[in-house]
Amino acid sequence: MLHSRSMKGLAVPLISIAAGFIIGAVLMLIFGYDPIQNYQNLLIGSLGDVYSIGETLRNMTPLILTALGFAVSSKAGFFNIGGPGQYLMGWFGSIVFALSFSNLPTWFLIVGSLMCGAFFGGIWSFIAGFLRAYFGTSEVITTIMLNYIALYFVNFAVKNWLASKGSDSSPNIAKRASLNTEFLQKLTNNSTFNWGFFIALIMVVVIWIYFNKTRSGFEVRSVGLNEAASLYAGINVKRTIVVAMLVSGLLAGVGGAIDGLGNFQNISVSNNLPSVGFNGMAVALLAAENPIGIIFAALLFSALQIGGLSISVYSNTPSEIVDIVIASIIFFVGIKYIFKVALARNWGKRRRKTTNGGADK
Amino acid sequence: MSLSTILMTVFSTTLIYAAPLIFTALGGTFSERSGVVNVGLEGMMIVGAFSSTVFNLSFGNVFGAGTPWLSLLVGGIFGLLFSLLHAVATVTYRADHIISGTVLNLMAPALCVFLTRIFYNGKGQTPVIDQSMGNFTFPGLTNIPLLGKILFTRTSLIAYLAILVGGASWFFLYRTNIGLRLRSVGENPTAADTLGINVAKYRYMGVLISGALGGIGGAVMAQSITLNFSASTISGQGFMALAAMIFGKWNPMGATGAAVFFGLAQSLPIIGGYIPILSHVDSVWFQIAPYAITIVVLVVFLGKAVAPAADGQNYIKGK
Amino acid sequence: MEKDVVQMKNITKKFGNYKANDDISLELKQGEILALLGENGAGKSTLMGMLSGLLKPTSGEIVINGKSVKMENPRDAKTLGIGMVHQHFMLIPAFSVLENIILGDEPLKAGHINYKQAAKDIALLAGKYHLKIDLSAKVADITVGMQQRVEIMKALYRKANIFIFDEPTAALTPQEIDQLMKIMRALSDEGKSIVFITHKLKEIKEVADRCVVIRMGKVIDSVKVAETREEALAEMMVGHKINFAVDKKETNKKETIFKIDKLNVEAHGQLKIKNLDLTVHSGEIVGVAGVDGNGQSELIEAITGLRKIKTGIVVLNGKKIQHQSARKIAEAGVGCIPEDRQNVGLILPLTISENLVLKSYYKKPVSNKGFLNYKKINEDGRQLIKNFDIRSQSEKELVGDLSGGNQQKVIVAREISAQPELLIAANPTRGVDIGAIEYIHEKIIEQRNAGRGVLLVSFELEEILKLSDRVVVMHEGQIVGEIDPRDTSSEELGMLMAGKQLAE
Repeated sequence: MLHSRSMKGLAVPLISIAAGFIIGAVLMLIFGYDPIQNYQNLLIGSLGDVYSIGETLRNMTPLILTALGFAVSSKAGFFNIGGPGQYLMGWFGSIVFALSFSNLPTWFLIVGSLMCGAFFGGIWSFIAGFLRAYFGTSEVITTIMLNYIALYFVNFAVKNWLASKGSDSSPNIAKRASLNTEFLQKLTNNSTFNWGFFIALIMVVVIWIYFNKTRSGFEVRSVGLNEAASLYAGINVKRTIVVAMLVSGLLAGVGGAIDGLGNFQNISVSNNLPSVGFNGMAVALLAAENPIGIIFAALLFSALQIGGLSISVYSNTPSEIVDIVIASIIFFVGIKYIFKVALARNWGKRRRKTTNGGADK
Repeated sequence: MSLSTILMTVFSTTLIYAAPLIFTALGGTFSERSGVVNVGLEGMMIVGAFSSTVFNLSFGNVFGAGTPWLSLLVGGIFGLLFSLLHAVATVTYRADHIISGTVLNLMAPALCVFLTRIFYNGKGQTPVIDQSMGNFTFPGLTNIPLLGKILFTRTSLIAYLAILVGGASWFFLYRTNIGLRLRSVGENPTAADTLGINVAKYRYMGVLISGALGGIGGAVMAQSITLNFSASTISGQGFMALAAMIFGKWNPMGATGAAVFFGLAQSLPIIGGYIPILSHVDSVWFQIAPYAITIVVLVVFLGKAVAPAADGQNYIKGK
Repeated sequence: MEKDVVQMKNITKKFGNYKANDDISLELKQGEILALLGENGAGKSTLMGMLSGLLKPTSGEIVINGKSVKMENPRDAKTLGIGMVHQHFMLIPAFSVLENIILGDEPLKAGHINYKQAAKDIALLAGKYHLKIDLSAKVADITVGMQQRVEIMKALYRKANIFIFDEPTAALTPQEIDQLMKIMRALSDEGKSIVFITHKLKEIKEVADRCVVIRMGKVIDSVKVAETREEALAEMMVGHKINFAVDKKETNKKETIFKIDKLNVEAHGQLKIKNLDLTVHSGEIVGVAGVDGNGQSELIEAITGLRKIKTGIVVLNGKKIQHQSARKIAEAGVGCIPEDRQNVGLILPLTISENLVLKSYYKKPVSNKGFLNYKKINEDGRQLIKNFDIRSQSEKELVGDLSGGNQQKVIVAREISAQPELLIAANPTRGVDIGAIEYIHEKIIEQRNAGRGVLLVSFELEEILKLSDRVVVMHEGQIVGEIDPRDTSSEELGMLMAGKQLAE
């Protein structure tokens, strides 16, 4: 019984993934590209050697964190589209700290930079959470607005405060502050893989424990599921909303900080909001907001993105095909109702029997 | 520059930037009034922008100056077709509305840039269109003293049209029986069902209208502002439209007003440079101001906006 | 003999393997008021769902006006002249009364709705059947009684000849019930036929011509109301003799446990509680009777800390508890079985054991340094499930999967196991089956017998009169009278509830 239930839980994403790849293949066939060759390139490009693996893991790191961030706010019942802004603030905060306190001892420098990033990201979501809790202001609007404020503010700050005149980028941070060490570079054939990956994994565990084992996590879940009942139960709903949104932004901020310290080593002016913020949303949805599931969803997402690069290198197939595959997969996860109806014929019957047997009579 | 010229510039820039937002925010209103949350407006705009641009580039020499207008229609049609995905997923297959909307936002740029590369020799952006939507001077009205110059000279015709569509949408939703029924399935689908109202039909209608309007919104963006299509043609306007819809309390007139306000806000950094007192202020403040003002206005004046009661809830009929 | 307007022949309805209706047959004659009597879950609503086009029978035949019909949706039922007045009103709170009535059958003029014409047509009908409704008001703002009249008007507007009333009196005051009975008779006098679903015997005696009793999906009997005693009907309904008496020990009222002094509370900018005084002694059940919307909800919210108190003093065991958080007040010893079980009392997607600790999860030993001890939570859950006879598969079952009665038992278990000094029970048995009602009543009386105070707020007058030691009546935010339940009839109580003084 338990066995069949977990099988069923996995069946939906697995079928969705297969269906997504089939859609991609059909599209490629229509436009005269070779799907088998391309998928092969995709696989090799993402997981074929240590370098690609390193890139894939590095690319999934911020995805895990922005997805976790989205999941936390979503569990509390809020739709936080502010991931891009929070990530960007986190990135900015980490670089500012690393550049300003470059004389600190290595450990303090790194931890300080990460925390500063987390803090900046946290402030950004805190604003939305606070306004939501105490003024009832729609977090959908405020997070959208805060995204743009972050974008323009960071661009302005980079150009006027961090970059040298005429430049659009800050200087690089000190080597010591980087999360990308020689050891890891050697291990992965000079990929951008960095220690941030392990931080992200730790955060997954922390968030899993937070939801399933802690008082505060229980409060967040309660408020997300039923605000009126939570009020009645004496939970401080306003504080819980603020806490959930704050944690959400802290996570996205850490994601930005890790990318800043581990991948980019600096920060530049940008025209658009970082897409990793939005993609984190997709990853979280793919994983049904389950922290452990987010690891696998982020891996898939990242492998497709990294592998997609080599698709367009080795053929003239547009690399956007992988984004189409990603979107299709999530589409199929979304309409899982179809699969449930189909699967119910096998698994559902057994379940119903046990339910009726124990029902109150 | 004279005051009236400055006002004219402010007014016309506002309208130019508002037009795509008005259409799209109205689209969102239709969808959410029928009970389907629509965070996929961005994706619908992208499809509209792409399809209209391809049409314009392909048939510009056939239809001449009328091309951009026909392009809007094409953008609307493809936006509608694309939104079918959202309707099928949410109404028929009971998908979570946020997930489905996110799929639109992921799928649209992927598909459109993919096709752009195929149609235009592997480039990620289309060439610039020849037949674009220029500014328009209302014959006759422009002679009205003062106001004629500010409101009706070298202005955006499509924006006036958009505002008209806003009024028409209000009439449709609040004065016709189809509108009443569409709103009823967004408020209490079970009650509507007991009165023999086909919930799925009206929800499809809401989503498809939103696709068409979102597509037109995206097309307006491409035909009058960016003048080509690339991945960055639509960068957040769909989300701004979503915000306008909430700001406008899910009411077509409110959404239109909010979209005009956002248009004004977006035009600030552009016109800031023309206005003598403001020309010394760093442009970053103009860029940030609209978003910050929106938050402040929301907090101080509006408080909690109330969505249609069944917005985002799938309706599952009894067996 | 009048002709049959409805014949339901050998109707069976299955949900999965569960037979909600098992080979049911019944007829409805023109101009007749037929009562359909049965406990919650007996299958009454399922049967009427099929007659109103919401559900399709698994097997069997429905004949309307002599013709066999197959209804695909409610619109088909409407075309056949069948109108349903649902128990949970099918209204749209954000719409006006007028919009609610015409929705789906709007008169048009030049492409838009002809509201004027609609209002005229409805006013005509309203006059004919004495239905007082305010067409321009928003449904969210009108009383439950008027909402019901709107539902009736919806059916009349659609020219219904066959009316189905699903538990129509559940939320009404005695006066409103009287009014409804009059409307029902007026309808039947006009030749319209009525099926009246209920489990209230008195109302059947008062208005129905014939009564069909169903139990566990089957027809038990069909009887002429005039020839059948209430007790006999009750026995048919539940299948065994019912014990109407309750076991209340005499207790001497002792010290005051709980006292409210000059309480004023606002809601939506209006004063909803005005200078209210109230006292509860140890070992006493105080019933609060009143028409819904006269400040009962606000009173409970104010006591439990969910609503701000404007002025006034609330004292529990000599300690002031006003202006404190809901949690502090609960800790001081106020327990509450809330009115809305599913939306307030429980978090349906959480497990039984999680719901059982909803008010104590933050305290040791369940919570330690911010971490929750799930082993303990589930152990305690198992214990309470056993003690309070909550029928479930395991303590990890989701509360949302339980029946209404068992959900209520979860709340009762949580609140009573906390051993509150004052237990507030708001409509504690609404919508639960008879077995659970008896059980919950027992538990409430146990509290009283143990020397604690109970404040019982209920719209079921019989419940109030049966359980309470003392009854106060609330009207427009004030206590307008106090009665002794042993020598007061529900009619007299109804007068007070409507704001009238008892003529001595």
